[in-house]
Amino acid sequence: MNLHAVKSIYMFEMARTFRTVMQSIISPVISTSLYFVVFGAAIGSRIEQIGGVSYGAFIVPGLIMMSLLTLSISNASFGIYFPKFTGTIYEVLSAPISYVEIVLAYVGAAATKSIMIGLVILATAAFFVDLRIEHPFMMLLFLVLTAVTFSLFGFIIGIWADGFEKLQIVPLLIVMPLAFLGGTFYSIDMLPPVWQTISLGNPVVYLVSGFRWSFIGTSDVNIGISLAMTLFFLVACLAIVAWIFRTGYKLKT
Amino acid sequence: MPAAVSITNLSKTYATGFTALKGVDLEVRKGEIFALLGPNGAGKTTLIGIVCGIVNATGGTVLVSGHDVVSEYRKTRSLIGLVPQEVSIDAFESVWNTVSFSRGLFGKGPNPAHIEKVLKALSLWDKKDEKVLNLSGGMKRRVLIAKALSHEPEILFLDEPTAGVDVELRRDMWEMVRGLRETGVTIILTTHYIEEAEEMADRIGVINHGEIILVEDKRTLMRNLGKKQLRLELLSPVDAIPETLAGRGLELADGGATLVYSYDTHGERTGITALLGDLNQAGLRFRDLETRQSSLEEIFVNLVKERA
Repeated sequence: MNLHAVKSIYMFEMARTFRTVMQSIISPVISTSLYFVVFGAAIGSRIEQIGGVSYGAFIVPGLIMMSLLTLSISNASFGIYFPKFTGTIYEVLSAPISYVEIVLAYVGAAATKSIMIGLVILATAAFFVDLRIEHPFMMLLFLVLTAVTFSLFGFIIGIWADGFEKLQIVPLLIVMPLAFLGGTFYSIDMLPPVWQTISLGNPVVYLVSGFRWSFIGTSDVNIGISLAMTLFFLVACLAIVAWIFRTGYKLKT
Repeated sequence: MPAAVSITNLSKTYATGFTALKGVDLEVRKGEIFALLGPNGAGKTTLIGIVCGIVNATGGTVLVSGHDVVSEYRKTRSLIGLVPQEVSIDAFESVWNTVSFSRGLFGKGPNPAHIEKVLKALSLWDKKDEKVLNLSGGMKRRVLIAKALSHEPEILFLDEPTAGVDVELRRDMWEMVRGLRETGVTIILTTHYIEEAEEMADRIGVINHGEIILVEDKRTLMRNLGKKQLRLELLSPVDAIPETLAGRGLELADGGATLVYSYDTHGERTGITALLGDLNQAGLRFRDLETRQSSLEEIFVNLVKERA
């Protein structure tokens, strides 16, 4: 194990995060605060309680999850796409480092950043609503699993993309809609039965539902199923990454 | 002692169907400066890419210090430093950080003293806190070299190190490369500047269309293939070569003011004495004469033309 290399890449990526602290940390905090003001305070005050909590508190897990998804993807995809774009990837490819180590470093850094931001948003939320976390350990577990899974997913996108447009297209056209339709702002119980069934095909539903369960103790989907589905996505992403490195897809000619 | 790099029957065909290397065999000895010469698109960068692990070979084997570059990549890659052709460095990092990053990436623990030594040797010390972004093109190239030397490699690959570099920096780089060889580092450089190979290399390999045309000691190469020319500047220009001198392989140059005689320095006789006698008889008088040895460049151009 080339620990020096893993540490070097990890620290390098984290340094990039702190160098762009405005864009990396402050902007998600501001945008989430706006969601709380609009949906939590302005509109939420006219909505009845859901699952025994105010609407503001209800959307907290969904908002964190949504930020976690989009940020994990953008961090990780950019982290690996940028060296490809500038050509500095040559150094990583020519270094005595295994694929597992490359993934560990890049995905680890992207996930760390998302988790940090997730926690910052959580702290921000505490200013707007009364937070209650029923299962703190499970909350952290979902936070970490989601950050890692979607950082892996972002890593895959970053390798697949051969232009900035492609880098944006998946988060914008697939992840955002799935996140909005995944029960971020509502309980899927509120949907007509047909749409409830369709929603079960949306992976984000399980993430939001499981995460929300760790906060308020009730959920749309059984917590065991949520956890199993999250692990399933993790394994699926790992399998794709393993395939990428075995074939050298878009990295090596 | 195993060769620094030993390449056997190496081939590479890209997905586009383009064959960059066709069964290349090459051995680079420990401690030498080896120049790989070839026109653009000859396969130089592909060859380096395979040795360094950036390109997957289609067939053949590469050993670095006796270790296979695929199955023992950790060992071989830690022995190699690579200075790529394109200037690609993370622009927003400081010189110090990016060079230290490379050392870690290649599995070495921090060693500020070594980084300091490398930066000083490359005249980068006073720029160490500068962002790469703010450096001139030549300075960026030095940073690339510093990165490649950060982990104390035994073998250094320089892919077109002086492309687009001014004369002064080029001299500095040559100086540095010689200094590295003194410390036992094997240096493999690709170039299409013949001057560079002529100046630096111990041995020269010529590659064209993915095939190694020849590998030769530089001096032997120049001696064997070098032709000499005798140029005679005439007192009064002539319209044509006098008939008495026909069949001697003479050529007129400079609008009839210069006679050019090509000869082989290794021939039994050069024919110079006889030629001068005949010139005298023909009544041609000259004001000056010079002899010129063909440069590696001419040798190279001829080789590439012949095999094309």
